[in-house]
Amino acid sequence: MAIDVIGLTAERAAAMLRGGECTAEELAQAYLDRIAAVDGEIHSYLHVDAERTRADARAQDAAGGDPLAGVPIAYKDLLSTRGVPTTAGSRILEGFVPIEDADVVRWGNEAGLVSLGKTNLDEFAMGSSTEHSAYGPTRNPWDPARVPGGSSGGSAAVVAAGCAPWALGTDTGGSIRQPAAFCGLVGLMPTYGSVSRFGVVAFACSLEQVGPMALTVRDAALLQQVIARDTDRDATCTGPRAPIEVPEPGRLDGVTFGVPRAELEEGVEEGVRARFDESLRIAEALGARLVDVELPHARHGLAAYYVIAPAEASANLSRFDGVRYGLRVDAPDVRAMYEATRDAGFGAEVKRRIMIGTYALSAGYHDAYYVQAQRVRTLIRRDFDAAFGDVDAILLPTAPTVAFPIGARLDDPLAMYANDIFTLPVNLAGIPALSVPNGLSEGLPTGLQIIGPAHSENLLLRLGAAFEAEHGFDPVPPAMRRAS
Amino acid sequence: MSDVELTPDEVRHVASLARLGLDDVEVERLGRELTSILGHVNTIAQLPIADVPPTKHANPHGDALRSDVARSGAPRQEALANAPDPTAEGFRVPPIGA
Repeated sequence: MAIDVIGLTAERAAAMLRGGECTAEELAQAYLDRIAAVDGEIHSYLHVDAERTRADARAQDAAGGDPLAGVPIAYKDLLSTRGVPTTAGSRILEGFVPIEDADVVRWGNEAGLVSLGKTNLDEFAMGSSTEHSAYGPTRNPWDPARVPGGSSGGSAAVVAAGCAPWALGTDTGGSIRQPAAFCGLVGLMPTYGSVSRFGVVAFACSLEQVGPMALTVRDAALLQQVIARDTDRDATCTGPRAPIEVPEPGRLDGVTFGVPRAELEEGVEEGVRARFDESLRIAEALGARLVDVELPHARHGLAAYYVIAPAEASANLSRFDGVRYGLRVDAPDVRAMYEATRDAGFGAEVKRRIMIGTYALSAGYHDAYYVQAQRVRTLIRRDFDAAFGDVDAILLPTAPTVAFPIGARLDDPLAMYANDIFTLPVNLAGIPALSVPNGLSEGLPTGLQIIGPAHSENLLLRLGAAFEAEHGFDPVPPAMRRAS
Repeated sequence: MSDVELTPDEVRHVASLARLGLDDVEVERLGRELTSILGHVNTIAQLPIADVPPTKHANPHGDALRSDVARSGAPRQEALANAPDPTAEGFRVPPIGA
């Protein structure tokens, strides 16, 4: 039986498996065939092992039972996978084979999910376009001349191209939400501390979370159910406060949305702004109330983020020293070996961030940069706390632009960083946000970002399902349907 | 702290702290890029917020501690499996300060 995997949701795939319409092995094979057909152009996977995937699928056919057993998935290559290469998009980890699974991968395995492979990303998740991967850029399935966003651009592209029903990404400053927006998908950045980071190659520990990227809000909720768990292997993880619920679309009576209008005055593309305004009208038509809110310190988020994230990165990446794993460049003494290894193994953006972070943490600058940025972080948290005293959730575009052309921002780091202007204050505050498809501008997807207080995932998913139902967005890129 | 302009010597000093061997082309480029990025970052250096407590991380629940029970780590063979130059018992490195 030929299975059409284009636009196939994980929920529907699970129903097909449970209803005996197909086996897990047939389903996995359909995705492997799809990958073989289109991923040469899109380059969303860094590692696919068809034999292993088929064997895992057969094991699920034999065991069966669990609701999601046999449903395929793709993992961002920042997530450690036991016995399967994990590169973090970096030359310095080429050939590295983890000896343990990340907690989120272990839980995916326990739920019976079948891995199709590891997806491309900006090196060590540092970037907004997936162009900073040491293994070459991923292309946007909506327009191969454009970026898929980043850093979880591979995870977004696999789902948009029909090369996996869903995927896990990580979000440090927008790295789930912005690629979800650029590729017409749903992406959830969970509350800080609700998902384990054990086995996630560390970039900025105080900011990053693992989260789902999917075709529908319901799929995102189903995958969040799998990964939102307490663990004893991440001291910052306390799990979700309440079980994640799979939402039904409904009206928005009684819901109050905050709209930070001052944030929208500059730098937002006209088409993105028009689609956003349309969603505000949809919210009102569904019975919600809109009020203006102010986030007076959000405009300092970019500067604070580009101190805190690089500072944490410079410390985290000191472990790549050519001794225990990864690349080594030989040299006559150990210090020269460190320097030669790190010079050869890290790409330009990673070096940039290590340099910023090291500078900001160095003697004489620590208080002026790092502690000052942490103070701004407190002010941004207070802004959100104050706003959530008056509103249930805040609406913003996910990104100020649609997907930009490959190469367009590569030589201008500040312009690249500015694409995360609406997402990174959320990471600084440690609160959850959901990006849902918000219609097309110039034929390219835009995203609506719904931001809520800590542990409001169920509310965000319910609100997202309401917008999703009204938009009736088709997440299959026209070019991908033709490619089938 | 107004405009910062990183000299090549400062770039080399920071690179040395970070154990990054950079060539002259990289030193020149990073000097330019860091000057531009730090120029933007400096917009927060001026804010009069010395009385605001810093936020280190955002989990309101604080640390999650597990019970203090001994458990074994990775077997030595596994721990050495990814090393570029392992011995039977450990990681070999070039001489220190040769």
